[in-house]
This record gives sequence, C-alpha cells and structure tokens, in this order.
Amino acid sequence: MYNKGLIVPGLVVFVIIATFPFWYNGLSAGPVPKPELPPGGEKQCVAPAEVMRSEHMSMLNEWRDEVLRDGHRVAVVADGKEYRKGLQTACMSCHTNKEKFCDSCHNYTAVQPYCWDCHLTPANIVAKKEKP
Amino acid sequence: MDNNRRSFLKIAGITALAGIGAPVAAHLSSSPAAASAEAHGAPQEGHEAARESGKRDGVRLGMVIDMRKFYGHPEMLDKVIAACDKAHNIPHIGNKKSEIKWIWKAPYANAFPDQSVAHSSKTIAENDFLVLCNHCDQPPCVRVCPTKATFVLEENGIVAMDYHRCIGCRFCMMACPYGARSFNWEDPRPYISEYNPDFPTRMRGVVEKCTFCEERLALGQQPACVEAVKDCGAIVFGDLNNPESQICQVLAKENTIQRSPAYGTKPSVFYIV
Repeated sequence: MYNKGLIVPGLVVFVIIATFPFWYNGLSAGPVPKPELPPGGEKQCVAPAEVMRSEHMSMLNEWRDEVLRDGHRVAVVADGKEYRKGLQTACMSCHTNKEKFCDSCHNYTAVQPYCWDCHLTPANIVAKKEKP
Repeated sequence: MDNNRRSFLKIAGITALAGIGAPVAAHLSSSPAAASAEAHGAPQEGHEAARESGKRDGVRLGMVIDMRKFYGHPEMLDKVIAACDKAHNIPHIGNKKSEIKWIWKAPYANAFPDQSVAHSSKTIAENDFLVLCNHCDQPPCVRVCPTKATFVLEENGIVAMDYHRCIGCRFCMMACPYGARSFNWEDPRPYISEYNPDFPTRMRGVVEKCTFCEERLALGQQPACVEAVKDCGAIVFGDLNNPESQICQVLAKENTIQRSPAYGTKPSVFYIV
C-alpha cells in the first residue's frame, strides 16, 4: 500500500472523530424519557399505549385529513368515551402538559413537529388568560 | 456500409409507422372497453354540467343577511364581528396591510360596487354592510390554488381551508373578487387577546378566511355570527337546496341581492337591503 504512514493514522483519526458523540457520552443514549401520564388520572386513550406510542403521528395525520378535507368530524369513541378528533380537543384534554408529555420524547429523539405553530397548548391558553 | 444504412433506414421507417399506427389500432380494437370507460365518466360529466348551471347537488349552505335589522345599529355589526373573532382566534393587528378579516363591515359602494348608484338612499349611504366569504358555487380561489389547500366540501358546499397545506402563495387572494381572504404577514399570536381553546390559531405565512364555522356546525351549533344576533334573526343560515328550509322561505319571500353576481361566482351569501 502506498502512503501507508498517512492513510492509516488518517483513518484512525476519522473513525475517532466520527464516533465522538457515542464514546463522549459513555456509549449510552442518556436516560430514556418518561412522559407524564395524564395528571387527571385518565387511564384510557383512543388506542392502547403501544399503538399510540408508535402510531400517534399517523393517527393525527389521518384525523386531520378526515376532519378538514373529508368533513368527517364525527367523534372517535373508545370504551364508551367520546373524543372529538383533534390535538386541542382530544389529546390535550387529558395530557394537559405538552412540555412534560409531548416534548419529553420529541426532544429526546430530536424531532420538531410543527403542530404547535398553530395549535394551542394548554399553557398557551392559560398564559393569555392571566394577562389583562 | 451502404447495405447497413439501407437496412437501418428500413427498420427506422417500420418502427416509425408502427409507433404512429399503434395508438390507432389500440383505439379501434378496444372499443368495448372505451364504451365502458365513457359510461363510467358520464356521472362526472353530469356533475360538471350541474356545476356549470350553478346548481350543486345535495346540501349547499348559504346565508341571508337582513341588513334592515342592522340599519342604525352599528353596535350590532361590531357584536357579530367580535363573536367571530373570539370563536376563531382572529388577531387584531391594527394595521390595514396585515389585518385579518373573516367577517367585517364595508360601505355599500365597496360591498356592492356594481349595484351602487349615484344618488343612493340615506340609509344605504350612512350604514355599513356585513361582508364575509361568499362560499361561491364557482369559487375562483379554489381554481387557482396550486396545492388544493382551499377546496369545496362536496357534502355542504363550504369553501374550506386546510391551513396545513397552504404555502402562502396568495393566488387565492388575487382571485377572490370579494377580498374575503387575509394573509398572515406575521405571527398572529401576540395580537390575540384571549384564546378559544377549541380552535387553533394560524401561523405566519398562511391565508385564512371564513369557513362558515364548520367546526361549530359539526357540534350542531349555528355559525358564531348567526348566533350573535339570533334574538332578532338578522342572519338566516341554512341549506339553499332544500325548499323547506327557513333560508329558502326567506329567499322566496324577500327581494335579495348578491355581491357582484356578474362575475359568475354564484355567491351563497344573500342580502336584504
């Protein structure tokens, strides 16, 4: 191999730099987030927790399309309880703390959904009410 | 070499002929399939024809605004506007360029430019008129929207908005002859005094307008503006295609006008002046 003396140390340096984030954090991804359960003590959601964990984003997209584009605003019924399709009307009525619920995992996985550009968090609503 | 060129030209010629002839042959040989496709397309055409004649099938929501009940009561106009603003988290920016309007008031000459006369009556000259999105049967805004962010809800004729899809190109604002659409030049949230927790706000860079309170209709409520003046029944809301509905009875009885009917947009909002 030509220029072995340059290539091999170069590769070693590259591998060290490329893997820096992993070994710098001691090969752990940090504590796994524990999203806050509904403060109101609700135990029931529109779907089982595992489904919600993996599918909530597609479910929200489906709700959005059904409500806005197809005009199907009928409530979702799960175990006898009615939920009006929507972030503000369904999700946030139980999960009243977006910062402790939504953000805990979204920050951990570094996703920035744009829901909150328009949709209001309970904290937003309270903040406006307190102002004169 | 000569021979090669000759055979190449032959093959090229045959290929060209086949290419031209194939669609014709396919068309001739598949006539039964074509017929069934036509039959399939027929209701579509019928629907288009219905649209051309200005009649949409099924429910078509509309509104009659009885301006006679508003004359001399500008506070009633403000009450209606305030009810809408509150229900939909509409900001009060206080600057003409950035203002957001779903329902607002305008002088007769602005609301009905082609029906204003040189010597109008005192009532008409002195009073403002309530104007909002007309939810046209032939909405020009829908035709120009490149992302289908604005569209007609087939089951009730509402010209709806999907803010998730709006890219803020403002073609619809150019197309709308009624100025019913507003653009969010800046983040509206600092200009909203109190939020309605059941409705979202909008973000910077989307267009918004009246939606005939779709979200309230789904809950079995009347639009916010109708409800604000329900004690005097100044605004009647209902299905224009149902002759039994209150709105059709009002339309049959009273002489009404529409805004700029000559554009052919077929507005769903009628005025008694």
